[in-house]
Amino acid sequence: MEHGSLEDSSASTFSIMEEDHTLANSVRFVLNQDPRVAFCGYSIPHPSENKVNIRVQTTGDPAKDVLKDSLQDLMVMCQHIRGTFDTAVADFRGNKLADAMDIDLNKK
Amino acid sequence: MPKKGTKSKKAVDDVPDQQENKLPDYLELQRTRVVCNADAPIHTQGFQYSGAFAAMGVDNSVSVEKFCKNFKIDIKRLTEDDMEFDMIGVDASIANAFRRILIAEVPTMAIEKIFMADNTSVIADEVLSHRLGLIPLDADPRLFDYISENDVPNERNTIVFKLHVSCEKGSQRITVKSGELEWLPEGSQLSMASPAQSGDKQKTFTSFSQSQKEILEKPLGVKFKDITIARLGPGQAIELEAHAVKGVGKVHAKWSPVATAWYRMLPEVVILEQIEGEEAEELVKKCPVNVFDIEDLGNGGKRAVVAKPRACTLCRECVMGPCGEKIQLRRVRDHFIYTIESTGALPPEVLFTEAVKILEEKCERVISELS
Ligand code: SF4
Repeated sequence: MEHGSLEDSSASTFSIMEEDHTLANSVRFVLNQDPRVAFCGYSIPHPSENKVNIRVQTTGDPAKDVLKDSLQDLMVMCQHIRGTFDTAVADFRGNKLADAMDIDLNKK
Repeated sequence: MPKKGTKSKKAVDDVPDQQENKLPDYLELQRTRVVCNADAPIHTQGFQYSGAFAAMGVDNSVSVEKFCKNFKIDIKRLTEDDMEFDMIGVDASIANAFRRILIAEVPTMAIEKIFMADNTSVIADEVLSHRLGLIPLDADPRLFDYISENDVPNERNTIVFKLHVSCEKGSQRITVKSGELEWLPEGSQLSMASPAQSGDKQKTFTSFSQSQKEILEKPLGVKFKDITIARLGPGQAIELEAHAVKGVGKVHAKWSPVATAWYRMLPEVVILEQIEGEEAEELVKKCPVNVFDIEDLGNGGKRAVVAKPRACTLCRECVMGPCGEKIQLRRVRDHFIYTIESTGALPPEVLFTEAVKILEEKCERVISELS
């Protein structure tokens, strides 16, 4: 849910249900890295309510688009992390196998 | 293994240049390191805002391309149920998101319902049930669906185990181990109502339409067969049926797939001023994890060097006392030493990939909600 004004789309608060620090803090980080953002922050109004408010103020672009872009960026980052991780695991396994073979060869 | 001694000698300005316009050294230090002084750490916050250095003509923003270029993962240890790796070039907020997801949001299977037919042991029903709930199951949660309140338990969302043990009168006391939980691939064997009149098929607590043996590749069971569940004295018996369902750690810790998952920032120990002779010997002795080592100088003199900074536990013993001023303890802000200890349902590397996927799903959900 978005709370903002009709005339000025560059500042809005987004209420997201069923989310917590996990998403909000990551998104806040990505938003902060975006040069279009003038201010951003998040809060959890009450600890027993599953809800976060993310505030985005931009230098002109619609806040909603900027937030969407950030989420998109975060997704791309996650995909990259996953890819890198999988390659690293495969490499690690490969090296271990190679090492084991080396030892065998050395033993003769 | 990390190359010994290379990290420590690296000064701050060796960090790969991220900007064309470089920041002055002291700001670069604040940006990339947490400095741990004897009294308290400083520069813990870092600079997140993209325009933090705009006045100096330095761009602090991170685009996705830049992130992808600098991001690295280096696996240090990988076994069946635990792993350690270095995650480099990522902010704490994202590293922490994965940690939180690993602990609270990656699903597993755990025993949720107990149908107690008989329990004459000294351990109370509810305590026994709780103990059973905490037993890690060797079942891949990705093969199962969540069950909601109104769902009928079926072969896709419930795993049924039976425990039927008794200790004969006049014999020795026995210990009931988790290995005695017997998997029932055909579903519950307890009938729901008192003797069914129409004889054909008794209604049980589950309605499996096929055997789980047909839909799963390997038989299910408990991960560790030697967990003590209860002790039975002569004449005592336990008879129960346990239904395991899929869930996440934030509902109950028994569904948490990790014993724990944690990270620490890479320690960096810097000797600012040469420490020689007696003092060096003293320093080497002072560190409980042997971070420092002695290097012989040609003329019979001795000098302290940093040998394995990675082992530093940040006890700060070395920065207190006489030569404390000559040493600086730092942590690299974007280098995380990540450790994942799995409880057994899934191997640790799969858990991490699952965690990353969950964060992606969260983003996707919010994007679709916004549009
Ligand atoms: S802080 Fe403690 S562990 Fe780290 S180098 Fe100093 S004495 Fe050693």
